[in-house]
Amino acid sequence: MEERYAIEVKDLVISYRNLKKTSIKQNLLRFKRRKAENFVAVKGISFYVREGEILGIIGKNGSGKSTTLNALAGIFSPDSGTIDLKGHSISLLSIGVGFQREMTGRENIMLSGMLLGFTEQQIKEKEQEIIDFAGLGKFIDMPVRTYSSGMHSKLAFSITAILETDIMLIDEVLSVGDQKFKKKSYNKMKSLISNKERTVVIVSHSLSTLEELCDTVMWMHEGEIKKIGDPKEVLAEYVEFMEQG
Amino acid sequence: MYKKFKADMNKYWKYAIYSSKAQLKSEVANSYLNWLWWILEPLCFMLIYNFIFGTVFAAREKYFSIFIFIGITLWDFFNKTMLQSVRIVKQNKSIVSKVYLPKYILLLVKMGVNGFKMFVSFGIVIIMLIAFRVPMTFNIIFALPILAALGLITFGIGCFLLHYGVFIEDLYNVVHIGLRLVFYMTGIFWNITTRLPAPYGEIICHVNPIAFLLSSMRDSILYGRTPNLPLLALWLAVGLLLSVIGVRKIYRNENSYVKVI
Repeated sequence: MEERYAIEVKDLVISYRNLKKTSIKQNLLRFKRRKAENFVAVKGISFYVREGEILGIIGKNGSGKSTTLNALAGIFSPDSGTIDLKGHSISLLSIGVGFQREMTGRENIMLSGMLLGFTEQQIKEKEQEIIDFAGLGKFIDMPVRTYSSGMHSKLAFSITAILETDIMLIDEVLSVGDQKFKKKSYNKMKSLISNKERTVVIVSHSLSTLEELCDTVMWMHEGEIKKIGDPKEVLAEYVEFMEQG
Repeated sequence: MYKKFKADMNKYWKYAIYSSKAQLKSEVANSYLNWLWWILEPLCFMLIYNFIFGTVFAAREKYFSIFIFIGITLWDFFNKTMLQSVRIVKQNKSIVSKVYLPKYILLLVKMGVNGFKMFVSFGIVIIMLIAFRVPMTFNIIFALPILAALGLITFGIGCFLLHYGVFIEDLYNVVHIGLRLVFYMTGIFWNITTRLPAPYGEIICHVNPIAFLLSSMRDSILYGRTPNLPLLALWLAVGLLLSVIGVRKIYRNENSYVKVI
């Protein structure tokens, strides 16, 4: 059978420019212009993910994992190189889309869904399921600013978990909320990941999670791909490298 | 860029409308009398200006109350959108850092909110026109291109403020002062062309788009005069150009916004 790709990344470069803010007052007081700082977080990496594949990304802090994930989600666009999602819908799971504090939970479900590329009709169909999963009861019609942090993350998780996209990106396999919801969300995440049709990219520091869930593991080091392939092999080499310090 | 803009507008216009509606609704939800403020605020300012400039300084403009009210209505839309656009990316940090959306959509949402309030105000203008028995002429149709020019210029300048507002921390203060200057140079409660010694009045009315659009709006709906059409066409074109350059600027730089905020 012909292999179909869900994600194809070619020569991806992402750099952070002008990270520092400036102010007019500062510029008036200081006559020298500050140089724009440039930090290359991802240095020309290429990889692909097959449809239905689960790719894990590992690497030490600052290796460019999360930047890569954010770039896949479209939050950062590449400085050079390309990311081709072959028309698949994509979302970053678990952290939600971000809420408008003054609006109700119900309105935020609609807004978040629209930002993820769903139509009003599709969101309405799933609305009740999201509300039930989040278990917020009457709070769903109250402004999000009145929510506790636990309720906030429950709703955020439920929206991205129920409005399923073709490709899911997971930054650390999080579990949110109280003990009961933690279990529920973890199980939901597992069932989402194990769906054979879904393509998943997971960034994690947990070796056991990656080994258990992933078909392929990519090891990133200082913005480059050090190794990509079978989870056992890559993870073993990664552990050895980290122990050497 | 045009293709991307078209595709993005197609994808996000529903979001922009829903978000504007929800924002208006949440303003009302917080206090049931809030929507009344959309009417009361311009009405009160109109009364204050009417008293100070109409009575104390004895302004001689015909239909002075409506003259002021039209001024406040258009000015409020421009002024509020400008001030909000400076901090708009930062205020939407929770969204901007978690999902992609073209950042000018945030500006369009605010324009939707302020635009709705402007139309509520216009409703009062119409009631006043009827109450004061102002004669209507066909010139009233020019209100539409005038509003279009105002929308384009506001959006165009707003895009620039949105962009620079991300990087320059105290831009808000500067814009605040700048807008106050423009406020007095716009003639909300006085007629610049007659009050300023020639040729300055005419010059300001030509160079300051808001002053020009405001006096054109008064001409078209209040005094039955045809506005300066070539100049209106010119400001429409400038608004369009500003919007194109502004959107392009945002497209080129919006990536780095997340990294800065």
